[in-house]
Amino acid sequence: MLSRRNPQLNAHGELIHLLSIEGLPKAVLTQILDTAGTFLSVNDRDVKKVPLLRGKSVFNLFFENSTRTRTTFEIAAKRLSADVINLDIARSSTAKGESLLDTIANLSAMHADMFIVRHAESGAPYLIAQHVAPHVHVVNAGDGRHAHPTQGLLDMYTIRHFKKDFTELTVAIVGDIVHSRVARSDIHALTTLGVPEIRAVGPKTLVPGDLAAMGVRVCHDMAEGIRGADVIIMLRLQNERMSGALLPSAGEFFKSYGLTAEKLALAKPDCIVMHPGPINRGVEIDSSVADGSHSVILPQVTFGIAVRMAVMSTIAGNAA
Amino acid sequence: MKVLIRNGRVIDPASGRDEVADIAIAADRIVGIGAVRDFDAEREIDATGLVVAPGLVDLAARLREPGQEHEGMLESELAAAAAGGVTSLVCPPDTDPVLDEPGLVEMLKFRARKLSRCRLFPLGALTRKLEGSVLTEMAELTEAGCIGFSQADRTMTDTQVLLRALQYAATFGYTVWLRPLDAWLGGGMAAQGAVATRLGLSGVPVVAETVALHTLFELVRATNARVHLCRLSSAAGVALLRAAKAEGLPVTADVSINSLHLTDVDIGYFNADMRVVPPLRQGADRDALRAALADGTLDALVSDHNPVAEDMKNLPFGEAEPGATGLELLLSLALRWGADSGLPLAQSLSRVTLDPVRVLGDALGSLASSAGRLVEGGVADICVFDPQAEWRVMPDALASQGKHTPFSFASTGMAMPGRVRATLVAGTVAYEARDADR
Repeated sequence: MLSRRNPQLNAHGELIHLLSIEGLPKAVLTQILDTAGTFLSVNDRDVKKVPLLRGKSVFNLFFENSTRTRTTFEIAAKRLSADVINLDIARSSTAKGESLLDTIANLSAMHADMFIVRHAESGAPYLIAQHVAPHVHVVNAGDGRHAHPTQGLLDMYTIRHFKKDFTELTVAIVGDIVHSRVARSDIHALTTLGVPEIRAVGPKTLVPGDLAAMGVRVCHDMAEGIRGADVIIMLRLQNERMSGALLPSAGEFFKSYGLTAEKLALAKPDCIVMHPGPINRGVEIDSSVADGSHSVILPQVTFGIAVRMAVMSTIAGNAA
Repeated sequence: MKVLIRNGRVIDPASGRDEVADIAIAADRIVGIGAVRDFDAEREIDATGLVVAPGLVDLAARLREPGQEHEGMLESELAAAAAGGVTSLVCPPDTDPVLDEPGLVEMLKFRARKLSRCRLFPLGALTRKLEGSVLTEMAELTEAGCIGFSQADRTMTDTQVLLRALQYAATFGYTVWLRPLDAWLGGGMAAQGAVATRLGLSGVPVVAETVALHTLFELVRATNARVHLCRLSSAAGVALLRAAKAEGLPVTADVSINSLHLTDVDIGYFNADMRVVPPLRQGADRDALRAALADGTLDALVSDHNPVAEDMKNLPFGEAEPGATGLELLLSLALRWGADSGLPLAQSLSRVTLDPVRVLGDALGSLASSAGRLVEGGVADICVFDPQAEWRVMPDALASQGKHTPFSFASTGMAMPGRVRATLVAGTVAYEARDADR
């Protein structure tokens, strides 16, 4: 089969869409993190705006419900002086009768410059990126179980902020990894940035052995998984997965894999605890840890806006 | 009409014949093979430098009729068959409505006969509406022209019904065609493995196939029903099949051109053309399937032709309809597999001619002794192809209404070996390449 160019990059290797962290060179990731650093100060100003996307139309296209991610993209776009249009579209494009590509064609006719897409199907943003006009950019805001690259980047920003260097770290990702687009994006980013030890921690129903092919160590024992960790990323356990054939109950999950102060003591003393939110207190994380001194969950949210500004301004500046 | 195919390399896998010869055809029969003289042919085909082989027999091709008559599906898909050198094909019963009544089968056979492009052998539904609960009138359906009974891709969850269906079919000697897939384990959209995990696509584990095979083999032991296993996809499945055949169970099996040539890695960036059923598995599975087809553990290679409309493929991977066009690719992909495996041409051809006819067996009636063969006195179902010609798969140039294939030149960047020049069905030219295609 032909080796196809990564659809996120133009012929010069510049980022034109952000669809996944996978396959992006380290330099591209580092540049986005550096750019995000410069935007952090914008967020502290009285007038929180820069004119980088003035006159551009950014469409928030959420086929799956989300308040938080959509809002942070909206804030980020507005701080770049873009016009933001929010569209809440039912989960399935086909259920409404209009196909995904018809929706995109219609919005393109309204002169959209950038689509921020969330979709329940893995790979949907790739289909969109293949069919938009060359000047239109696509940012994946979460597709199925596949990727959530801006979350991955803001997690990297957070880790770099607190740990400075990636190359000596042990990072544990705990919980429902099989269904998590955040985990996949974090794993790709961590491996690209040179983290030597990445552990995927959870029961066999949620942490498949195939993950090892992504460069992680699979651990089914929580103590083994977080011992000596510099960073612990707890994942959200979706309500519908708390009891059924994957897990017997939320309580039993918390007992085995929930992060408590007692378990956290196994990690390095300066370990940071992260979570993509929204958190389930008492399911994957104990309140004392979520609110404790190791937690950097709220800084993640702040950094998220700067990182999304960096992503949007970077891709808007590169032509297909 | 009297037709003379002159000076071709005649390959007949059944007799082992592989020599330059003429073939004389009168009415629907082959009347002479060798150096034919004094044959007053109305039509002559110069096969110099070409291979003259039995017409291909495809054990799995969806024609979307009944269901899509308004789009002229039967006409276009049988034209695709002829263009692919396929002279007989078996179609599954998952049409709309389902082939569970004799009248529907008779109508389909009648319409196909009128088009006279390809012989059509429908599989009847094993259960009414393929719902897996009530048996169909198998004897009536056989009289109407069904050559076996199948659940198509609807797996049977009720093993009690499955046992009885096999018992009933065995009573009359009917073959039951089943795709080994456990309904509960088989719900994913890609093969379970590193690729599906990385792409975040739900996976179908190998055990979905092996659990079903274990169940089926036990039921075959209990009933002695003859079962044809459709579209094996895994190395573990092949191993179970090999053991079952060694034990003497009355089972046969096929593999699709997709599973024989592709792996899950080919999904690339969510290419929906790679969304097929069964899902593409890993390299080790593909290698095992290729070896099993070479040693005869797998009896036949099938196109698994399924014309999917543009709108149903231009969707995210998980929402895209599974299936790929294949009738026009079967010969080339058999030849490529044979060349890759270092097999003689006759053996590669056997898997798409003689061996599928053996799978069909007595269900073919009077055709059983000569279909898939080139014999004097036998039916003149013939494929003439150029083994040296290479061609690029350009979806828009295909006769099929299904334009989606994993093997398009745009996807693979590779040319296909072998080009059909002429196809004869019952002595009539059903397809002839235009000069522009040569």
